[in-house]
Amino acid sequence: MATVSLHSLVKRYGNIPVVHGIDLEVADREFIALVGPSGCGKSTTLRMIAGLEDISGGEIRIGGNLVNDLPPRSRNISMVFQSYALYPHMTVAENMGFSLKIAGKPQTEIAARVAEAAKTLDLEALLHRRPSQLSGGQRQRVAMGRAIVRNPEVFLFDEPLSNLDAKLRTQMRIEIKKLHAKVNSTVIYVTHDQVEAMTLADRIVIMRDGHIEQVGTPEDVFRRPATRFVAGFIGSPPMNLQEATVEDGKLVFAGGATLPLPRQFHDKVEAGRKVVFGLRPDDLYPTGHGIHSGEQAEVHEVEKAVTLTEPLGNETLVFTEFAGHEWISRMLNPKLLKPGEKVKLSFDLSQAHLFDAGTGMSLRA
Amino acid sequence: MNEAGTVVETAETRGGNASTGTLKAWRLPAPVLLLLPAFVVLAAVVVVPLLLSLYSSFTPFRLTRPDSIWTFIGFRNYERLFTDWEFWVAFGRTVLLLTVALNLEMVLGLGLALLVEKATRGQRILRTIMMFPMMFSPVLVGFQFKFMFNDNVGLINNALQALGLTDRAIPWLIDGTLAFIAILTAEVWSSTAVFAIFILAGLMAMPREPVEAARVDGCTPWQTFRYVTWPYLMPFAFIAMTIRSLDIARAYDIVKIMTDGGPAKRTEILWTLIARTGYSDARMGLANAMAYVAILLSIVFTALFFRQLAKARAQVAAEW
Repeated sequence: MATVSLHSLVKRYGNIPVVHGIDLEVADREFIALVGPSGCGKSTTLRMIAGLEDISGGEIRIGGNLVNDLPPRSRNISMVFQSYALYPHMTVAENMGFSLKIAGKPQTEIAARVAEAAKTLDLEALLHRRPSQLSGGQRQRVAMGRAIVRNPEVFLFDEPLSNLDAKLRTQMRIEIKKLHAKVNSTVIYVTHDQVEAMTLADRIVIMRDGHIEQVGTPEDVFRRPATRFVAGFIGSPPMNLQEATVEDGKLVFAGGATLPLPRQFHDKVEAGRKVVFGLRPDDLYPTGHGIHSGEQAEVHEVEKAVTLTEPLGNETLVFTEFAGHEWISRMLNPKLLKPGEKVKLSFDLSQAHLFDAGTGMSLRA
Repeated sequence: MNEAGTVVETAETRGGNASTGTLKAWRLPAPVLLLLPAFVVLAAVVVVPLLLSLYSSFTPFRLTRPDSIWTFIGFRNYERLFTDWEFWVAFGRTVLLLTVALNLEMVLGLGLALLVEKATRGQRILRTIMMFPMMFSPVLVGFQFKFMFNDNVGLINNALQALGLTDRAIPWLIDGTLAFIAILTAEVWSSTAVFAIFILAGLMAMPREPVEAARVDGCTPWQTFRYVTWPYLMPFAFIAMTIRSLDIARAYDIVKIMTDGGPAKRTEILWTLIARTGYSDARMGLANAMAYVAILLSIVFTALFFRQLAKARAQVAAEW
C-alpha cells in the first residue's frame, strides 16, 4: 500500500495548459475522489498518475518514489477504465490473470489468485466466457477483478460506472465500497457524478479548469464549500446562489428584495461589499416542512407564490421566484401545493453561505 | 384468323373447366421472369464458358485443329499432368512464390502500417504515397523491374558496382534463384501496400483502452503488441492474405514481362506454363486441365484463410 503525492503537477498539450500545477497528498489506504465537470483535468491527472500521459511539469511520487519517468508497468498500480477495456479475445479468467502471466507468475498461483478475485466479485460462473458474452455490469466486475488480482499499491478508477444504467450504477457503487473495505488499498477515483464522490470517498478533490477548488471530506465540501463553484457543484438539487450587496445588516438583491445579513457573517463583511448569497434547498422550506429543528435555526420567513412543484414521493421540490430568480426549496412531509398558491417560506440563515462576488471565495473563514 | 379463333376457343374451354387464371398458366411466374435476365447473362458469360472449358479439358483440343474438340479422351489430360514433372515444378514454384511473398508482404505491410499510424502529422499524404505502387499496372511494374535487374544497364548492378560491393555483372534475370528473387521483389514492391492498408485500417478502428490497460497491466511495448494489438489486427491481415493469395496464385503479368518463365523454364510458374501450353503450343485441352488443377490451389488457400479469418473475427468481433 502506498501514499500518492502530486507536487506542482502540470500538463500542457502544446501550449495549452490543461492542468495548472496542482498539489495533492493522498494518504495510504485513502479513498480519494476527483470530481469536476468535463474538461476540468481530472481524467488527465489520473492518467498522469497511471503513466499513460507524460508529465509537463512537477512531480508525482507513489510510496515516496518519484515515478515521473517510469512507464505504467513499473508503477505498481492498476486501473479500471470507463469502457472496461477488457481484452476481447481472452476469457474472463485470462483477462484477470493476464498481468500475472506477463509478470511470469506460475500457473498455479495465477489460477489461485484469479479464483480468489472471482469469488470476491461473484464471477466464478463466468470465468470461461468472453467479454462479448457478458452484460455491462459483469464486464465492469471483470475489469475490477483484473485490477485486484495484481494486489497493486494504488487503484485508479476512471469514471468506472458511467457506462452503466442508473440502477446498476447504484449497485456497483456499493460493491466498490465493499471492495475497498476488503482490499484496503489506496484508491483514486475519477467521476463527474458527485453522488458517487460523496458516497465513496474519504476525501473529495473538486477540480475546475485544471485547478483544485477544494479538497475535503464529503461533509466539508457539502457543509463548508470553499468557493462558489464548489457550492454550486456539490449537492442535488444545487444550492440557490444569488448576487447581493451588503447594506447595514441586510443583503440587498437586485430588484430591491432584502434578507437579513446572517448572524455568522456580521463581523466578516463590511457594508457595500458585493457578495453571492447561497442557501441549499434543504435550508429553504415551506414553514413547518424543514429538516432542522427550530431552536438552532435563524429563520426568516417570506411569503411567496409557488411557480412549480416536483413531487418526489417522500419530498417535494418547490420552485418560487425571489429577487428575480427561481429558488428551489425542499419540502419534507409534503403537502399538495398548486402553482400560484401562496406559501410561507423559511430561510434558515444559520446555514447560509456568502462568497465574494469577485473571487468566489467563501467569506465564512 | 383461324389460329386466333382456336386459341380463344381453347382458352374459353379451359376457363370453363378449370375456373379462372388459365391465360397465366403458360406464362412464367413473375419472380422467375424478373430474374431471368440475370440468369441469362450469368449463363452466357460464366456458366457456359466454364462448362465448355471443363469439357475441353477432357479432349485433346488444339487451337490448330478445331475439330479435335469433339474427341472425348476422358481423364487422359489429367493423368498426363499427374506424371508431368514440368507441371509440378511450376506448381511448386507458384506455391513457394505465394508463401514467401505473402509472408514478406505481411511483415513489411505490418511495419509500414505501424509506422504510418505513429505519424502525427501528414498521415494522409503518407497513406497516399504508400498506395502508389498499387496504382501501376503490373505489366509496367514488370518492365520497370526488368530494366532495374538488367545485368548490363540495370540500376541494381550499377548501384552494387558503384558502391564497390561487386565488380561483376550479376546475372539477375538469368540465374534461376536470382530471377526468382527479382520476381519476388517486384511482386512484393507492388503489393505490400495491400497489407499495409488493411492493417492500418485495423489499427485505426481499434479501441485505445485495451492497449492502455495492457500497459498498466505490466506489458512491455512488444508484449502489448503481441497479446493485445496483434489479435485485433489478425482479421484484417487475413482479409489481405485471402486477396493476395488469389492474386499470386494467378500471377502472370510480372513474370511474363520479366522472364517469360525462362530462361529455360527456370522461373516457370503455373499460369505462364498454362498460357504457353494453351496459346504457343496450341494444346488448349491440356492447358484447361492444368487450369482446373491450378484453381484447386486457389480454392485451398482461400478456404484456409477464410477459416482463419472466421476464427480471428469470432474472438474480437463482438467488441466492434
